[in-house]
Amino acid sequence: MQAEVANGSTTVEERVRLFLDEARRQKDLNCFITLFEEKALEQARHVDRKIRAGEATGRLAGLVLAVKDNIVIKDTPTTCGSKILNRFDSPYTATVVERLMAEDAVILGKTNMDEFAMGSSNENSAFGPVKNPHNNQYVPGGSSGGSAVAVAAGLADAALGSDTGGSIRQPASFTGTYGIKPGYGRVSRYGLVAFGSSLDQIGVFASTPAITARVLEVISGHDPRDSTSARVEVPSYSEAITPDMKGMRIGIPGEYFQKGLDPHIEKSVRALINEMEKAGATTVPVSLPMTEYAIAIYYIIATAEASSNLSRFDGVRYGLRADEARDLGDMYARTRSEGFGEEVKRRIMLGTYVLSAGYYDAYYNKAMKVRRLLKESFDAAFGQCDLILSPTTPTTAFKLGEKTDDPLSMYLQDIYTVSANLAGLSAISIPAGKDERGLPFGIQAQAPSFNEQVLFNCAQFIHNLKLI
Amino acid sequence: MKYEVVIGLEIHAQLSTRTKIFCGCSTAFGAQPNTQVCPVCLGMPGTLPVLNKQVVHNALKMGLATQSHINRRNIFARKNYFYADLPKGYQISQFELPICEHGFLEIPSEGGVKKIGITRIHMEEDAGKSIHDEAFVSKNETLVDLNRCGVPLIEIVSEPDLRGAADAAAYVSKMRQLVRYLGICDGNMEEGSLRCDANVSLRPFGEKKLGTKTELKNMNSIKNVEKAINYEIKRQAEILDDGGEIIQQTLLWDPDKNEARAMRGKEDAHDYRYFPDPDLVEVYIDEKWLEEARKELPELPDKRRQRFMDELGLPAYDAEILTASRDVADYFEQTLAVSGNPKKTSNWVMGEILRLSKERNLPAGALSITPARLGELILAVEKGAISQSAAKTVFEALVEEDAPVAQLIEKLGLRQISDQGALEKIIDRIIAENPKEAESYRNGKTKLLGFFMGNVMRASQGKADPQKVSALLREKLTS
Repeated sequence: MQAEVANGSTTVEERVRLFLDEARRQKDLNCFITLFEEKALEQARHVDRKIRAGEATGRLAGLVLAVKDNIVIKDTPTTCGSKILNRFDSPYTATVVERLMAEDAVILGKTNMDEFAMGSSNENSAFGPVKNPHNNQYVPGGSSGGSAVAVAAGLADAALGSDTGGSIRQPASFTGTYGIKPGYGRVSRYGLVAFGSSLDQIGVFASTPAITARVLEVISGHDPRDSTSARVEVPSYSEAITPDMKGMRIGIPGEYFQKGLDPHIEKSVRALINEMEKAGATTVPVSLPMTEYAIAIYYIIATAEASSNLSRFDGVRYGLRADEARDLGDMYARTRSEGFGEEVKRRIMLGTYVLSAGYYDAYYNKAMKVRRLLKESFDAAFGQCDLILSPTTPTTAFKLGEKTDDPLSMYLQDIYTVSANLAGLSAISIPAGKDERGLPFGIQAQAPSFNEQVLFNCAQFIHNLKLI
Repeated sequence: MKYEVVIGLEIHAQLSTRTKIFCGCSTAFGAQPNTQVCPVCLGMPGTLPVLNKQVVHNALKMGLATQSHINRRNIFARKNYFYADLPKGYQISQFELPICEHGFLEIPSEGGVKKIGITRIHMEEDAGKSIHDEAFVSKNETLVDLNRCGVPLIEIVSEPDLRGAADAAAYVSKMRQLVRYLGICDGNMEEGSLRCDANVSLRPFGEKKLGTKTELKNMNSIKNVEKAINYEIKRQAEILDDGGEIIQQTLLWDPDKNEARAMRGKEDAHDYRYFPDPDLVEVYIDEKWLEEARKELPELPDKRRQRFMDELGLPAYDAEILTASRDVADYFEQTLAVSGNPKKTSNWVMGEILRLSKERNLPAGALSITPARLGELILAVEKGAISQSAAKTVFEALVEEDAPVAQLIEKLGLRQISDQGALEKIIDRIIAENPKEAESYRNGKTKLLGFFMGNVMRASQGKADPQKVSALLREKLTS
């Protein structure tokens, strides 16, 4: 599409109009919370003017993007899918959005999500659930469900999401899109409303490895406003991308192929691995013994951090403020009771509990120790292989409402994905096929932090197989 | 009194960095409310803190100056609590690994110098200010000013080594002197750049176990620290005397009414749920950094006072006053470098300079009369170029005009006449004009020397060197 814009066969404005029409037509998917109609057209015309004038254009000129609604843009609403941010306009813009705009991307709108990125089905949104475009009776996954669907339904060329325990990869798997969570510190978190600060990373959804890679290389790199962002050089992923599998050492973790995994998915993933071997890759069994604890420690660490991160939503300075409070304490209680949804409240309570005096060592401290062990087991595994392959999710998408009363089974959705966040790895979900109902699923590749290139190469190889 | 008083102090010192601890906002005091704020210190969703390294550097200096153990690995932690002037719902502080531990400070106490242990010094951000009780706030309103939010603080926690209000006052005073010497805090208690909370408890002499303590807050001067603690000691002693029990609570000192009142709505067992702040990375203080901080340490007040006594031969009283502030001590030493006379210089600095500094409300170093000029003036007196009394006049002139001393002496016509011939001429004339008095003197009425002195000085318009005049008069009148 960038080529067509560059050679004048279409304009960015024309593309934005088409996307806006499409967004209106597929309104039932409920994937946008805010659409920037006039603003997006204005940006598009700005890029078009540059192209007509023969000026140098940015690396993303011609592309139209959606942004998850927990990433802020100055003077526009950011809701995080919550009532508590009612009528909140951010006074500043996130680093990633600045970088997108600097490279001439057009931002079409802000996408729906599970409230504060807490959820795996996008049903925890104050703005209603997002539907899976492959079958609207099914969930798109979460928490970045809106961003995944924007790409899957052709409402944007690419979308930014955030991934704390699988919030990009799981919906990518459910919607048949590419979704990458880069290594922790690769992308600045400045302007991403925090959920679990030591786990959160912004990443990208797109329908091809090349576009995914292009957008990621633009938003990556050190940011002085985020102390945890890494000072590691960013390669030009999209230019270096190659489907070459020769000599690639693929780690197969036995722990990821156990009870609970959909047999159809398992068969497909094994078939894919077979294809890669035929193309010159070798496989090695790797052991990740801490996997069984991953979900448990994830829900301790993520909720602990969330309980603190979400304290600022108190009704004092912005967003919702409950009426008729008797005093300050009462105002906090009423505002937060009204403003937060059930899942957010559940996690705040869990997190508050694990940090409490007398429980800190038994939960938070212990979880941090296991987290270190988990990271060490990945370091050891990566001594033997270049990437680790597994399914992204144990099943394909489930029905709307199917798991809403069973938080534990919802939490198990993240069983294959949380480790990458806990260990700070880079990981991608690559569309790998569809089940008998026509619902897509993905294969997950994990690599050491900042080695996103190998993930894109693997994705390109699978892309070329034309499985979907 | 039959109780031993046990006091521990927590001092919060605002570090005088140009910008806040985690963002680029100014730390200047006194701006319009909520004007020195940005998305970061307002805790806007998605913002992240970035550490101002100068804060670590200043805390490091404080640690070195108090002989503390420096923890090389520094981790910031979140202290979680809800309050309207705390925008993030947590304060970024240090918990498990404070930058400094196990230091001490020496204070003058009854029976000599006393060593007060410092448990820890840690870095943290200040909260904003809630305004409840000003005239312009209506009854159910609270106004919040977030300018102070994110201003860097160090919290200095003492061991419970202080044994009375005087000890506590001496400790705060010493601490204030120290932070000022180090140039890391302006030490202004009225503006709140130095704040002090006291934990006070009583126990029978000989008892090992500590009594129940109360915490005193809002003591905005050293005088109030002393008053509040004395008030609280008396209150607790009365309760204990009556066989009562002390209730652990926080008390606010009211300097207008001279009483302490229990803070309303105090949540007692607060669980702050400290945990390492995942938004900040560990700060490691390497040898090089430590060395840099060490090099920047000035000579500290106790050492300087001792040197003034030992090497300059100044009396203890002078040394104490001159070294009370670094500004005055520096002024003194710079003046001395020119004048070469420690005691004379001390007299001038303790007298005229301190007076002027107080009158003009300026530090000595900012006075219009520079140490070099004062040195020249002292030297002029030493050399007999002007008299002591004329020197005062020249001093006043120097305050108004930064001209070389010699030039001003000439301009004011105050050069002392010490030339033998010139003096003799005047004296001869005065004796000739007063033959009766000269006669009486010669007959033993030596008290008349004063009469002649006065006349000669008047005749010379005060410029005659009085010592020489006196000697010459005696000689001439008896010959």
